[in-house]
Amino acid sequence: MESIINIKKILGKLGPLLALIVLSIILSFSSPNFLTINNIMNILRQTAVNGTIASGMLVVLITAGIDLSVGANAVLCASIMGMLLDKFGITNPVILIGAALLTGVLIGCINGLLLTKFHLPHPFVSTLGMKNVLCGLALFVVSTKTISGFPGSITWLGSANLFKRGSFSGIPIAFIAMLILFVGFHVLLNKTALGRAIYCAGGNLEATRLSGINTDNVLIFVYSLSGFVCAIAGIVIVGRSGVANPSSAISPYDTDAIAACIIGGASFSGGKGTIWGTLIGALIISIIRNGLTLLKAASDVQYMVIGIVIIAAVFIDVTRNRMEEKARRLAGK
Amino acid sequence: MGNYVVELKNVTKRFPGVVALRDMSLQIKPGEILGLIGENGAGKSTLIKILTGVHSADEGEMFINGVKQDIKTPSDAKNAGIACVYQELNIVKELSITDNIFINKYIHKKNSKFLDYKAMHKKAHEVMLSLGQDVDVTKPCANFGMGILQMVEIAKAVLIDAKLIIMDEPTSSLGEKEVKQLMKTVRSLKERGVSILFVSHKLEELFELCDRVTVMRDGEHITTDAIEDMDNDKLITAMVGRTLNNQYPKIEGKRGKEALRIENLNSTGVLHNISFTAYHGEILGIAGLVGAGRTETFQAIFGAFPVDGGHIYIKGKRVTIKSPKDAVKNRIALLTEDRKGQGLVLSQGIDTNLILANLSKFTKGLWLNKEKIKNNGDQAVDDLKIKTPGLTAITSQLSGGNQQKVVIGKWLNTDADIYLFDEPTRGIDVGAKVEVYNIMNDLVAKGKCVIMVSSELPEILGMSDRVIVMRGGKIMGEIDRHNEGFTQENIMKAAWGGRI
Repeated sequence: MESIINIKKILGKLGPLLALIVLSIILSFSSPNFLTINNIMNILRQTAVNGTIASGMLVVLITAGIDLSVGANAVLCASIMGMLLDKFGITNPVILIGAALLTGVLIGCINGLLLTKFHLPHPFVSTLGMKNVLCGLALFVVSTKTISGFPGSITWLGSANLFKRGSFSGIPIAFIAMLILFVGFHVLLNKTALGRAIYCAGGNLEATRLSGINTDNVLIFVYSLSGFVCAIAGIVIVGRSGVANPSSAISPYDTDAIAACIIGGASFSGGKGTIWGTLIGALIISIIRNGLTLLKAASDVQYMVIGIVIIAAVFIDVTRNRMEEKARRLAGK
Repeated sequence: MGNYVVELKNVTKRFPGVVALRDMSLQIKPGEILGLIGENGAGKSTLIKILTGVHSADEGEMFINGVKQDIKTPSDAKNAGIACVYQELNIVKELSITDNIFINKYIHKKNSKFLDYKAMHKKAHEVMLSLGQDVDVTKPCANFGMGILQMVEIAKAVLIDAKLIIMDEPTSSLGEKEVKQLMKTVRSLKERGVSILFVSHKLEELFELCDRVTVMRDGEHITTDAIEDMDNDKLITAMVGRTLNNQYPKIEGKRGKEALRIENLNSTGVLHNISFTAYHGEILGIAGLVGAGRTETFQAIFGAFPVDGGHIYIKGKRVTIKSPKDAVKNRIALLTEDRKGQGLVLSQGIDTNLILANLSKFTKGLWLNKEKIKNNGDQAVDDLKIKTPGLTAITSQLSGGNQQKVVIGKWLNTDADIYLFDEPTRGIDVGAKVEVYNIMNDLVAKGKCVIMVSSELPEILGMSDRVIVMRGGKIMGEIDRHNEGFTQENIMKAAWGGRI
């Protein structure tokens, strides 16, 4: 009995990785261009923005929350840099990056305050509202213009590549930066007291509060952290495209990030999820997008497939919860 | 036969680990008001749920007007003419009185699917009027007070032509005037031949209203007598009349200095001028019925329940406690009544739950000290005899007793001085209970102050050095272990509103 449960447990943990491998094998056979070094680098490049945003989303999901304002927040941070460049002629990277980070953290902090101090019932509502506010704000600060002409020190993060040589496109810096960020998240979630408090707040907020932990502060921190990584993602977006485009705030950054987390083992009911699972989830989404492009699927098909994957991921989450519940009942009886 | 509206014969109902009803029999005559009393956990709620088809009995029979019937679902009960007004009303506040009364049995216009509101309003008004309430039935229920909403529930029962209406603690949330009106209504229902099963914690109401009264204890029928043959003392003796056996390994400690003093703690409508003192090296028991304000007192001391006034002194020094964090800082521990909802993070392992109340003790700089967590955890599992496959086992997989030990272990890790134990042995088996008592003895021997809320009187008597009794958010009195008045009867008397 126990060994069966263990096998299930291992499958549950390795499931996403298995899906990633199977998906890669299928695509390797269906498209000769898939398994080339430059395409793989391309996938990593495409993963950077989603992965960065998903890291913050993961922490929010662990506390049983959600942050739908992430994409709009990232684009707003990019637009803020665009505004400083365009309207005030500021090119100093310290000021530009500082302003972006400050904006991201501030927005996240407001999300956290709305949830804890203003007692809004569920962050779904407040962050959905916030998403719309930020979309508008992003357009407003740059007067709906797309801003270009950022200095190289800003675009470096999103565009530079390591070991670029001959036909090899190089390893994207943005992906390496994302990995470093992930290591930081791993340490935060697993090695620090705050990390324990985050998991516990998601598992049982009331019990955690009654253990003398200031859960309000934990939640405010979590949403601020989500805002912080959005700002980093915003800088990467500017680097990749070379411009700050305020109308890209409506891109599906939020759903992609949620999908990456859920595929990677996080749950809407909170209390679980790992950063490495999220990495695999983000890679799976990028590979699906990349593979569909290679197979010459038009954007309509891409949208539909990604949509189905998201629904399937949530379905898997629900099924997984029910199975764990059952296993627990059997073990506990 | 045929003399009873509803008759239960030898009904037994088991839940995992407990027998909630044992060989219970009950007869209700037509047009009588039968009182039902018993301590917390005596099986009243289970009995009600059997009668209303929420639970079905494992053994025994049920007769309606002398005919044997199987009541398996709430709608079976409804069809048999049994209705219940629960303590928590089933009212949709946003909808009108009419909508609430006719929920699920709307009157339709002739040959159509459309609702005939005119007819429904008329009928609803008639029924409410017959219950002594001349109200505008078209207004949403949110506009009315508890008294009227209860009448709406009764109106629902009248409308299905109920032969038996069960009222579960109907007066607990009513004002004095509303109680009078309710009693009037109950009597007029009786005159119409409706039987009432009146469950109450208030003896005076039973004496005023009932024809007969049934006493339950430990899931069993103790006695049913005409109210004239009963008095306060007889009822209370019947309710508590079990003997103490020595499942309580009490070791008396040496009472030390003052640990916690509460002065005039107030919370409007819930707590009234709560004042008491607890000492190091003693167990102070707090007895009372459900709803007496005991849990709220604990939560208020712990900064988790809003208060309007009052002072808290620890070791003679006044402290301000605004949040659980402040309480923990002042070395107070709270073992909550609701273990799963408020005590444990069920999705996390034993190790994480054990350190949750004192994370800073288990960190080195920024980092968690994994070695210390493991050593401490292993020690706790050993000391507290937590039965588990391992330290990282998810706590939802543990049994109730072992879960409770994990929560206790969490608080032992805070080195608290004052331990507030709210129903520390609820829902755990006898063996684990004794182990919890031994932990309490250890704490007292170390000079800690333990305050215990319990609804189990034998436990209160068995383990406490002193007992205070609460009722309706007030402290009714205090009895010392060495006082000859340290008996179940005296405590019960106080809990039911009498003088000690």
